[in-house]
Amino acid sequence: MTKVTMTVNGKTVSAEAEGRTLLSAFLREGLGLTGTHIGCDTSQCGACTVHLNGAQVKSCSVFAMDAAGASVTTIEGMANADGSLGVMQQAFQDHHGLQCGFCTPGMVMASAALLAQNAKPSEQEIRHHLEGNICRCTGYHNIVKAVLAASGQDATALAAE
Amino acid sequence: MHNFEFVKPASVAEAVAAMKDGGAQALSGGMTLLPTMKQRLAQPSVLVSLTGIAELQGVCMGEGGLHIGGATPHAVVARDAKALYPALAALAGGIGDPAVRNRGTVGGSVANNDPAACYPSAVLASGATVVTNTRRIAADDYFQGMFTTALEEGEIITSLIFPVPQKAAYLKFNQPASRFALTGVFVAKYAGGVRVAVTGASNDGVFRWTEAERALSADFSASAISGLKVSSEGMIGDLHGTPDYRANLVKVLTRRAVEAAA
Amino acid sequence: MPKDTGIGASSKRREDVRFLTGKGVYTDDMALHKQAHAVMVRSTVAHGRIVSINKTAAEAMPGVLAIFTGEDFVAVGGNPAGWLINSRDGTPMREPKRPVLAHGKVRHVGDAYAAVIAETYQEARDAAQQIEDDTQIESLPAIVDMAAALADNTNRVHDEIPDNQCFDWGWIEDNRAAVDAAIKAAPHVVTLDLINNRLVPNAMEPRASIGEYNTGTGDYKLTTTSQNPHLSRLLIAAFVLGIPENKLTVVAPDVGGGFGSKIYHYGEEALVLAAAKKLGRPVRWTADRGESFLSDAHGRDHVTRIELACTKQGEMLALRTTTLANVGAYLSNFSTATPTFLHGTLMSGPYKVPLVYVNVKTVFTNTAPVDAYRGAGRPEATYSIERVVDMMARELGLDPIEVRRRNLLTPDQFPYQSPVGLMYDTGNYQATLDKAIELGDVAGFEARRAESARKGKLRGMGLSTWIEACGIAPSNLVGVLGSRVGLFDAATVRVNATGNISVMVGAHSHGQGHETVFAQIVADQLGIPESSIEIIHGDTSKIPFGMGSYGSRSLAVCGTAMTKAVDKIIAKGKKIAAHMLEAAEGDITFEGGKFSVAGTDKAKTFGEIAFSAYVPHNYPLETLEPGLEETAFYDPANFTYPAGAYFCEVEVDAETGKVDIASFTCADDFGNVMNPMIVEGQVHGGVGQGIGQAMLENTTYDENGQLLTGSFMDYAMPRASDVPFYTVDHSCATPCTHNPLGVKGCGEAGAIGSPPAVVNAVIDALQRGGHTHVTHIDMPVSPSRVWTAIHG
Repeated sequence: MTKVTMTVNGKTVSAEAEGRTLLSAFLREGLGLTGTHIGCDTSQCGACTVHLNGAQVKSCSVFAMDAAGASVTTIEGMANADGSLGVMQQAFQDHHGLQCGFCTPGMVMASAALLAQNAKPSEQEIRHHLEGNICRCTGYHNIVKAVLAASGQDATALAAE
Repeated sequence: MHNFEFVKPASVAEAVAAMKDGGAQALSGGMTLLPTMKQRLAQPSVLVSLTGIAELQGVCMGEGGLHIGGATPHAVVARDAKALYPALAALAGGIGDPAVRNRGTVGGSVANNDPAACYPSAVLASGATVVTNTRRIAADDYFQGMFTTALEEGEIITSLIFPVPQKAAYLKFNQPASRFALTGVFVAKYAGGVRVAVTGASNDGVFRWTEAERALSADFSASAISGLKVSSEGMIGDLHGTPDYRANLVKVLTRRAVEAAA
Repeated sequence: MPKDTGIGASSKRREDVRFLTGKGVYTDDMALHKQAHAVMVRSTVAHGRIVSINKTAAEAMPGVLAIFTGEDFVAVGGNPAGWLINSRDGTPMREPKRPVLAHGKVRHVGDAYAAVIAETYQEARDAAQQIEDDTQIESLPAIVDMAAALADNTNRVHDEIPDNQCFDWGWIEDNRAAVDAAIKAAPHVVTLDLINNRLVPNAMEPRASIGEYNTGTGDYKLTTTSQNPHLSRLLIAAFVLGIPENKLTVVAPDVGGGFGSKIYHYGEEALVLAAAKKLGRPVRWTADRGESFLSDAHGRDHVTRIELACTKQGEMLALRTTTLANVGAYLSNFSTATPTFLHGTLMSGPYKVPLVYVNVKTVFTNTAPVDAYRGAGRPEATYSIERVVDMMARELGLDPIEVRRRNLLTPDQFPYQSPVGLMYDTGNYQATLDKAIELGDVAGFEARRAESARKGKLRGMGLSTWIEACGIAPSNLVGVLGSRVGLFDAATVRVNATGNISVMVGAHSHGQGHETVFAQIVADQLGIPESSIEIIHGDTSKIPFGMGSYGSRSLAVCGTAMTKAVDKIIAKGKKIAAHMLEAAEGDITFEGGKFSVAGTDKAKTFGEIAFSAYVPHNYPLETLEPGLEETAFYDPANFTYPAGAYFCEVEVDAETGKVDIASFTCADDFGNVMNPMIVEGQVHGGVGQGIGQAMLENTTYDENGQLLTGSFMDYAMPRASDVPFYTVDHSCATPCTHNPLGVKGCGEAGAIGSPPAVVNAVIDALQRGGHTHVTHIDMPVSPSRVWTAIHG
């Protein structure tokens, strides 16, 4: 076991890790940040998506030691300073972009990363960007709508009901 | 996953030294290696991370074409090669998903030589050079069948040099589950001729479709290959497509890539 | 004007805040003091005899605390099937024991035959590998193909079952001769052989369980990923471990989706409880995705021949189906009900067809158990009917829309006694069909087809008019049909002294949004804000009873129990108010949160009455108990019958076989809608899964019983780019006639109605594109299958 230190959600934190400790396990078990979920073992489902130095990654596919010294943002770091929901989180609630909530942290992290690079993505760009995040509940309709809304676009006009 | 010693060298020299250990394995983006280790199919005793080596990063024009550091993630290639080699940037931008592109690297992909990976087709169609810590390997000599390459034990890909074509396009038909290439075709037109490389289709891994290259070198148009037939012999047959189906995709995608490039 | 609160409002979900901030608590999120970790040792062969398991080396490994094998559970019971089905000849189904851990034989890849408990997960995994290495299993030929399994009298999944058949069921057996005769005499008969593809439910949260045991009290606690904690408790207590029901608490906390797969009790739940008792420490187990693929109950897997007798004008005369249904290696809890009473009873669909006969043979194979998955039996029925109706239209040269219109039941026919045993209470199938045609803009199809053709694509449209029976179910009826449990539900409404309310409901929410919707309903009934109401679910120590969430039953059954409990609260409140207001009880009215004396301005608020019930200073103590808490159990009088019409347009790239869904339109009748936003979300999700079944998903075992689609690398899950925005409508509502809310249920509709609409559209596209030899493609209509159908 080695002590690994990194910045998570703006705070410097340390926990013990082995070589094989994944970033996802480091966050969940080492730091108690259980909002990052594990939905597969083949790097496909995206439930464990976090931001590593600003870039979205699947934390199940990064070793904790490889993230030593890095800056990591998880779903727990996405709310506003006053604890209210951040823009993307609020859009997901407003547009019913989640049901069971299990894929949701990854969806929010992936969607936020998209808007950081592309402020007004098209429907197709959003769908393409979310390729690595599987949701079994929503049929994606309201997730795409939420991302459109979070980017200030008229989601209702695009996703007529 | 079995445990191992994790080392993160800061230079190629240090990495090469670390790789001297018998059970050592290089870790680049880990997009293939990690799932393999989770299944306990790979059990390195030392894992040498290449993500902390500055000299393995970056995209720039140089002698012989576009130089890409071996540990450059796909997302960086997609962004930084856009103006320099658009078809290659587009290929990089279509690999996996955004999280995979932020971690997965060109060197990792080419070293692994998954028969359904995208990059090998670009390397082969571009006649690129694979540069390692010890030598330079021409693309035509590098790929030696699925998951097999000319790399020696402990050899690290430091960069790839892609001659930039006049026109090029990569078209990929996704395997519906993994989103790897069920078949992908890279067409590149150079002053000296056209090269066509196919990934995902063959039991032998990436290959050049030389008949199409000849036809397209004479006439770079979709109609030039209309009379050609792709044999399904040696093509992969699996849950997602029969050999016949893949053979068909090779031709359809080649034609469409030519149209897209032209 | 849409409402902004109470029934009919699209209230935002209160549960979202915790899920969106990472504060949800799923089973695997809980870390317990002194917890130990369990890893299951699973068979890598499909069929084999366990010769020996040598635990010695594994037991000596670091951190190992205990090792269990099937031997340890020989003395306890097994996990039973919930329904007893009789064969046509009256003999009961064959029902092999399903042990906690395989003993004697392993029967599918992934069948757990041992479990290792260790200090850490990695240590348990290392020792599990050692056990695997030190186990000798004599491999037997795998039984995978159903027809071959039935024909084979020597190779048996269960040694005591000679032909691998569980039962041979006829529905309705008395109709068989008449149906046969009608088909023989019919002017035209359409015959279709099809496969309803086997699916893996793949809730995004893998199964997980934590067992705890208090050595001081003898109390057990199981925290588990369940849709149905009371059923799990009942099964573990009464059948598997013999723990007294009152010494076992089952908690299903936040659960990340179920879709049927988490209804059932699984062996790992019993294992962690037994291990916790042995070690005196909490024992946890979490599946990885690979284990989920191998050991979760799968869905569908029918091989069916459907024959439809009709007139030349397309009038349906009789329908006959013959189905082989896979139950896998063991009978999962609902596995015998799914292909029978959830399937055969729906086989007349929304149509007037007078004669129907359904034959289902269920077959044991060396594959994972198969059970109810979203829709459960009804998607299989709907797919068979809607494909054959389309095929009839094509064979007769008629318009598929017109053919459906001609055969749909008309509004004046309700209540309607179907020829397969159900009494449809209400519906208007023409209305939903018209709505789908309007919203899907069928009139504009030709223009869109021409536009697709300009892009080199073939465009087609497909329709599905579907019905289902849900809100299961009347207990007395299902009892006659073989159910071994009741299918009522229960709720307790506890009004606290300060006037806010805790509602304990038997339904479990694992994505449905009960915490929000149930509160809306209570708020409406009591005239108080939604925010004053808390919905509590998923804990057997807090909730009176519950039969769980599945079969689109939460609202229709548990919601009704809840409203009945609220009615009791109001009735008691009236008594209290009458006393306080010095009026006759009969003169008290309750409206808008106030108890009033009719015709006067004398009134007490709900809060005042609640306070009085707990501070009974001015209270009729001689005739009325203090406190304000009521429980109701509700057993429905009938199933509910949601129905609808789905319209799909596709574009097909004939060169690659790739199908793109161009549009998908749903016109549903769910009866009254409590929260439109949530209902629409349920339809989106169901349609997404239905498109997955139709186009992407398939579970494939090879001839050795190895699962070839054991990860997301080979099992194609729908992604955002595979589906379009859906158009959904639920305005054509005919309220359910036998529950007070008038609700029918919406959870499964999308998955039931959508697959045939997709496949019908693909066939239509190919037919219009001149590929007239293609009359059917089995699901999933993957690119290679479509291309092969065109060119092969």
